[in-house]
Amino acid sequence: MKKPGKMLSEVLKSLFKKPATLRYPYIKEKMPKNFRGLINFIQEKCIGCKICMRDCPANVINIIKIADKKFEAEFKNDQCLFCAQCVESCPRDTLEVTPEYELATLDRSSLKVRYHAKPDAETKTEPQVEIK
Amino acid sequence: MATSLFYILVFPGILFLGLFSLALEFFDRKFHARMQNRKGPPWFQPLADFIKLSAKEGIIPEEANATLFRLMPLLALTAATVSFFYIPLWSTRALYSFDGDLIVVIYLLTIPTLAFFLAGWVSASLYSMLGAVRALTQLFAYEVPLFMAVLSPAILAGSWSLSEIAAFFNDKPLFIIFNVPGFLISLIALLGKLEKVPFDIPEAETEIVGGSFTEYSGRYLAFFRMAVDIEMLVGASLVAALFLPIGLDLHPVAGFIVYILKVLFVVALLSVLRTIFARIRIDQMIRFCWIYLAPLSLIQILIAFIVKGLFLQ
Amino acid sequence: MAKVTIPIGPQHPALKEPACFTITLSGEQITEVDMRLGYNHRGVEKACEERTYLQDIYLLERVCGICSHAHSSAFVQAVEEIAALEVPKRGLYIRTIIGELERIHSHLLWLGVAGHEIGFDTLLMYSWRDREVVMELLARISGNRVNYAMNTFGGVRRDLTPDLCAEILAAVDILEERTKYYIGVVMEEVTLIQRLSGVGYLSHEDAVARGAVGPTGRASEIASDTRKDDPYAAYPYLDFHTVTDNHCDVYGRALVRVGELMQTYKILRQLVQELPDGPIVVKAPRKIPAGEALSRYEAPRGEDVYYVKANGTDKPERVKVRAPTLANLASVAKMMENNYLADVPIILAAIDPCFSCTDRMIETLNMDSRAGRLTDFRQLRQFSINWYKKRGLDFTALNKKLILKQDS
Repeated sequence: MKKPGKMLSEVLKSLFKKPATLRYPYIKEKMPKNFRGLINFIQEKCIGCKICMRDCPANVINIIKIADKKFEAEFKNDQCLFCAQCVESCPRDTLEVTPEYELATLDRSSLKVRYHAKPDAETKTEPQVEIK
Repeated sequence: MATSLFYILVFPGILFLGLFSLALEFFDRKFHARMQNRKGPPWFQPLADFIKLSAKEGIIPEEANATLFRLMPLLALTAATVSFFYIPLWSTRALYSFDGDLIVVIYLLTIPTLAFFLAGWVSASLYSMLGAVRALTQLFAYEVPLFMAVLSPAILAGSWSLSEIAAFFNDKPLFIIFNVPGFLISLIALLGKLEKVPFDIPEAETEIVGGSFTEYSGRYLAFFRMAVDIEMLVGASLVAALFLPIGLDLHPVAGFIVYILKVLFVVALLSVLRTIFARIRIDQMIRFCWIYLAPLSLIQILIAFIVKGLFLQ
Repeated sequence: MAKVTIPIGPQHPALKEPACFTITLSGEQITEVDMRLGYNHRGVEKACEERTYLQDIYLLERVCGICSHAHSSAFVQAVEEIAALEVPKRGLYIRTIIGELERIHSHLLWLGVAGHEIGFDTLLMYSWRDREVVMELLARISGNRVNYAMNTFGGVRRDLTPDLCAEILAAVDILEERTKYYIGVVMEEVTLIQRLSGVGYLSHEDAVARGAVGPTGRASEIASDTRKDDPYAAYPYLDFHTVTDNHCDVYGRALVRVGELMQTYKILRQLVQELPDGPIVVKAPRKIPAGEALSRYEAPRGEDVYYVKANGTDKPERVKVRAPTLANLASVAKMMENNYLADVPIILAAIDPCFSCTDRMIETLNMDSRAGRLTDFRQLRQFSINWYKKRGLDFTALNKKLILKQDS
């Protein structure tokens, strides 16, 4: 049966429904638990095998040895394509995915993150992140 | 003199007209968005758009005829504004009225379309040119049914003056029901005049970019958009005055509210129509107008003559 | 009326990606179409040769934003064939589930785009709203809304929990109901039918001669579907049928796509209900033994073909990608014949084009003779420098500065 205005009843019903859109910067969508967002590096677990460096498709990760059994990581997150292959490749759970997805910035260099080693291993549990 | 200036410049003149038409654009956009299950723009969006566009640089193409290019938005805006003064709004008397103002209003409402055509033609751009030709082609399709549809109330009232037509229907409100086909025809023709879906063929975004307005920017575009908004307001007011002449002898404040509701009703109908249809092709549009709309409007005129002969002699 | 030539593209509201169609019009009618591609060459194939196999998965996934799983699956299948990897059945099923969910999201996206091209924005808003259901689901399963990164050599990377299986079934129920509504809209709405039927006619013979694939071919009664003809992944175990149509026009293509959606729901229900237990992945070697393989995959837009040649190292020697759009583009010029200018966007959209996936090589054309000429990168660079110099733009100073900055 051909007729004009097939969607009429549907659009009129929508008038009394909640809009499907969100006012984005004010209301944010919650990402699922294991969303592949920004990669986090847990410095004290790293054993310096550099498998993540080798597997990364975008040359994001750079693991630097600073002392015996002590490694720092430099992440060029502006290049990251969030495949989370590094998380999978890591034999020691050093890397983890976070649900952080709002990474847009006007300054590209601010996405370059270096995870510094702590002077003393016992003081803090959170890695210090210095944003350049 | 001072009151005349007040009428023309402030209320119900240019200032009221501008603000009300922007509010109407907001209503149209919000209603459209809500029907599409979207949130829609905030209430100040049309005004913000207007101010922002006015502040932007207006670029005139090197090849274009600069004088005409600048004049066209003003021409469209002026014509649409002037026609507003002859339409009875909340009483049976318009601001200015004379015998035959119905014809003048309709002709004044054609001028914006001609301005769109000329604007596209002098822009010296292929897309504008195609849009201009389409605008004019479309004009020939919807204009005749629109004329014939508004003729029917005039025949019933036996007058060419909008104010007198309004007064006639105010006395004999039952005669409105004989004009229902005319109301529908004029709604559809109005969609064509305002270049809204399904008749937004002259500015079909995915085909010819922006139609006549492709090369327009800055305050020239702002004025064009204002002209389209005012055209929508005037068109809705005209339809309301001719086909929904109710509540005209109320207290001015109550009458004013009734008038606003009538205009919102007409705009809401236009909004619904543009939400539920796809844009049709120019050949289909012309075929539709001449095969269905024109005969229907002839029938409407016939009804008007028969009713007049039976009940009003 | 005098003939007018108008360019549609490289930048045009109807095109989501750059491509150029030069259309000669007589009034509103099309008399001639000239097509130029190649605005979006990204050198993906060459880049593949310089990365390891594992890195290539993620690179090839980004060939296309919509059918990303199709591209990575086709590549992974080819490599698995060379390395003689036996993928566990559960891995194959999950891979197929993602592929079918992607098909839903691609077809719903197409429906919306088609609506937008003919000025029916309401259809766009509604179909994209419902598409969110499947996007959310994909985000929950794979960790992202596009580029799911589910494939790896020897299986998939993430497992499906029983909760997720239940969610898939619930989402399929919602989507099936919505798709039935859209089928109603496509079959009944007069303005839509007016704009779609009879437009972009491609007869069965023409479709065969021009090698149309996917929904474009199936709408011209070519019953070809890689899932049936050359079953891969879990398709040999599934019960479904190939949707074809005899309208041969844009309307037929729309009907094929909504019909395919219904088949996809059927497939998904089977997949989730019969999901076998066991491992999802086997260990794959880093170095792939020498050999070559050709892999076919039925992407939402048509058949996707991958050729991979391995030389025994951890990097492929050659990867060749044939995206479905390339196969369908030959038909576009034929479809446009004798149509109206207003139909150009919808005819183009009806093949669901993806120009970035298609652009594979760069070729300089001699504008006078239209003959091709091969240019190496150095010559091309010199040509562009001279081209800008002729127009009064000199970048040599800037270049030097950039090189200095890089060195320091």
